[in-house]
Amino acid sequence: MPEKLGRLTGWGRTAPTIARVLEHPDRAELATAVRAADARGVIPRGLGRSYGDAAQNAGGLVVDMTAFNQIHSVDTETGIVTVDAGVSLDKLMREMLPHGLWIPVLPGTRQVTVGGAIAADIHGKNHHVEGSFCNHVLAIELLTADGEIRTVTPDGPGADLFWATAGGMGLTGVVLRATVQLKSVESAYFLVDTERTKDLDDLMSRLMDNDDQYTYSVAWFDSASTGAKMGRAVLTRGWSAKLDDLPAKLRSAPLKFNAPQLATVPPVFPSGLLNKLTVSAFNEVWYRKAPKERRGEVQNITQFFHPLDIVGDWNRVYGPRGFLQYQYVVPYGAEDTVRKSMEMISASGAVSFLNVLKRFGAGNAAPLSFPSPGWTLAVDIPITDRLAPLLDKLDQLVLEAGGRLYLAKDSRLTPDAFRSMYPRLAEWQKVRDAVDPRGVFNSDLSRRLML
Amino acid sequence: MIDAVGNPQSLLLLGGTSEIGLAIVDRFADQRPLRVVLAARPSERLDEAAERLRAKGCTVSTLAFDARKPETHEEVVDKAFSDGDIDVTVVAFGVLGDAERAWQDVEHAREMAEVNFVAPVTVGVALANRLRQQGHGAVVALSSVAGERVRRSNFVYGSTKAGVDGFYLGLGEALKPHGVQVTVVRPGFVHTKMTKGMKAAPLAAQPEQVAEIAVTAVRRRQDLVWAPGAWRFVMSVLRHIPRAIFRKLPI
Repeated sequence: MPEKLGRLTGWGRTAPTIARVLEHPDRAELATAVRAADARGVIPRGLGRSYGDAAQNAGGLVVDMTAFNQIHSVDTETGIVTVDAGVSLDKLMREMLPHGLWIPVLPGTRQVTVGGAIAADIHGKNHHVEGSFCNHVLAIELLTADGEIRTVTPDGPGADLFWATAGGMGLTGVVLRATVQLKSVESAYFLVDTERTKDLDDLMSRLMDNDDQYTYSVAWFDSASTGAKMGRAVLTRGWSAKLDDLPAKLRSAPLKFNAPQLATVPPVFPSGLLNKLTVSAFNEVWYRKAPKERRGEVQNITQFFHPLDIVGDWNRVYGPRGFLQYQYVVPYGAEDTVRKSMEMISASGAVSFLNVLKRFGAGNAAPLSFPSPGWTLAVDIPITDRLAPLLDKLDQLVLEAGGRLYLAKDSRLTPDAFRSMYPRLAEWQKVRDAVDPRGVFNSDLSRRLML
Repeated sequence: MIDAVGNPQSLLLLGGTSEIGLAIVDRFADQRPLRVVLAARPSERLDEAAERLRAKGCTVSTLAFDARKPETHEEVVDKAFSDGDIDVTVVAFGVLGDAERAWQDVEHAREMAEVNFVAPVTVGVALANRLRQQGHGAVVALSSVAGERVRRSNFVYGSTKAGVDGFYLGLGEALKPHGVQVTVVRPGFVHTKMTKGMKAAPLAAQPEQVAEIAVTAVRRRQDLVWAPGAWRFVMSVLRHIPRAIFRKLPI
C-alpha cells in the first residue's frame, strides 16, 4: 500500500506533526491497515478544514479519505442520497442542484467531506431551526477497530454508536458511507434581508425578536471597535428563494450552480500586511459597505453562504505561524458573557476579521456534538506571543457560563477544561471503549485532550 | 502535544536541578501546569525542585540520571518516555569547571568533556530515536556564547560548548523532516550557582531572562537564539576579529 511520511496541520496551519499517510486505499486495504495499527493508531482525514489537530496523528497513520468520492444513489423523489465519506459538500451540491436538492446543513465552506461533516457534526446558518448535520443523516457505514464494517442508524440497534460517531472526531471508526436526507429547493438563490445594528444590544435584541422567521441567520460583527460601538454588526438573514422570487434573468436557470471564486492567495503572503491598522480598516469598511437596511435582495451561493470562498486558500494570509478560530457557545441568559468576551477580544488588540455571532437552536442526541441552545461566537485570530493567556481567560469565562468550545475549531483546550465543557463525555467514552477497546483510533487531538 | 499557541503538556528536564532548566519549566508551568520529569542525580535539591513544581499544580516524577554514565543514557531516556509522549526536552546539565586546572589536569578535562559534550551527544541520540517515533516534539539545548568563538580564558569549557552547539544544530536539521524542532540557546554570563563568586561579565543575565527567551523560541519554533538577544550582534563581531587582535582583547 502506498504510504509516505507527511507533515500535517489543520486549516489554521499550527502545530505541524509527522505521520505516515495512507493515500487512496480501497476498502480492503483500509481494513487491513486498521487491523494492523500500532500503538500510535489511525485517524481518517478529509479535506483538512478542521482548524486544529483533529485530522493529524503524530507518529501514527493518517488515512486520506478523499479517494472515496462516489455518489452511489440519489432518490430524487425523497431526496435521500448515499455517498462515500470522501465526497465534498462542494461536489455534492453541484451534482444535486440540478435535481432541485440542497444540502441541509452547510458550514462556512463547501470544502469539507461528508465524513468530516459527520465527525464534527457541523452546523450552519440554519442551526436555530434545522439543527446540525447529523440530524439529517439516516445511516452511517462505519469501519470499526476490529476491521469490520457496520451500519448504524439514529434510532435502530447501534444508535449509541451512531450518536458517538456524530461529533466523535473520527475516534469511533472510519465513516465509509453515509445516507443523507437532502432538502428540496426551487432555486440556488436566496432572498436576503440585511440590517446594520448600532451595537451589541441592538444586535442581540433583533436576533431574539424574530430570528425564527428566517431559515438562515448570521451576524458579522466588528471586532475592532470598543466602547459604544462595540458589537456593531451586519445581520444577514434569509430564505431559499422560490422561483417567483427571482428576477426574470435568473428564472431561466434557477438551479445553476452560481458560486464564483475570484482569486487564490499565493503560497508566500507577506504576513506584515495583517496588523491592527489594516484589520481595523477592514472591519470599518465591511461594516460601512453593508446597507443600513435592505429587504428581499436576491443573492447567490457565494454571496450568501461562503463570502470567504471567493478567495481560495485564504488561510495563507495569516502568515507562517498560522491562526486559530475561537468558537464557543453559551446558553441563553449568558448575554453578559458574550459582551465580556467581546470586550476582552477587542481590548487585547488581537486582530480578527471573521467575527460571527449567531443563535443556536436545540442540540441533538450526540454526547460530543457542539451546538446547544444559546449564543455562539467565533473569531479568527493569528498566533502571537500574547495570545495564550487571553484564550485561557476566555475559556474560564465560557466555562463559568456553562458553555463550551467547538472541537473542529479547537487547537489548544486542556483535558480538564474539555471535560467540564462536555459533561456527557463519560457516555461517549463508554461507547468508544466498547467499539475500540485497543484504542486504535487516535489523533493529535485525542492525545492532547486525553480521550 | 504542543498546542497551537505553543503550550506543551509534558516536559523532560535533563539536569533536573539546573537553575536555567528549572526556570524554563516554571515559565511553562506558570502559563499551564504540565507533567514534568526531572532527571538528575538524586539529591535534596532535586526533591525540593519537584515539591515546588507540584505546588504549582504540575505532575512531577524524578528519574536518576548521571551524565558521566553514558552507557545508561538510552535507558534513562526510555524511562522518561514510559508514561507517554514527551513534548519538550530541555538539555540543561553542564559544568563550568576551573578553567586553568582544566587544561592542565587530565581528570578534570575529562570530566568536563564527558559532562558537557559526551553526555549531551549520547542523550541527544537516544532522544532523537524516541522523538522520531512519536513524530513531534521540541528539544531545547543550552549551549553558550563561549562556544561560538573559543577564548584562551576558558577554552576547555568553550570547546565542549562548541561541540554541543554544533551537534544540536545538526540534530535539528536531521530531525526537521520528522516533525521535531530543536532550539539551541546561547546564553552569555548567567547568575547561577555555577557562576557564584565570579565577576559578572557584560550582558550578564538572570536565569529567568534566559528562560523567557528559550520558551518564546520554543513557541515560535526557532532554531537558534541568544540570551540576551544582544549577544547575537556582539558575537557576530567577535567571530570575525583576526586572531592577532582577538588574543589581546581583555575577554
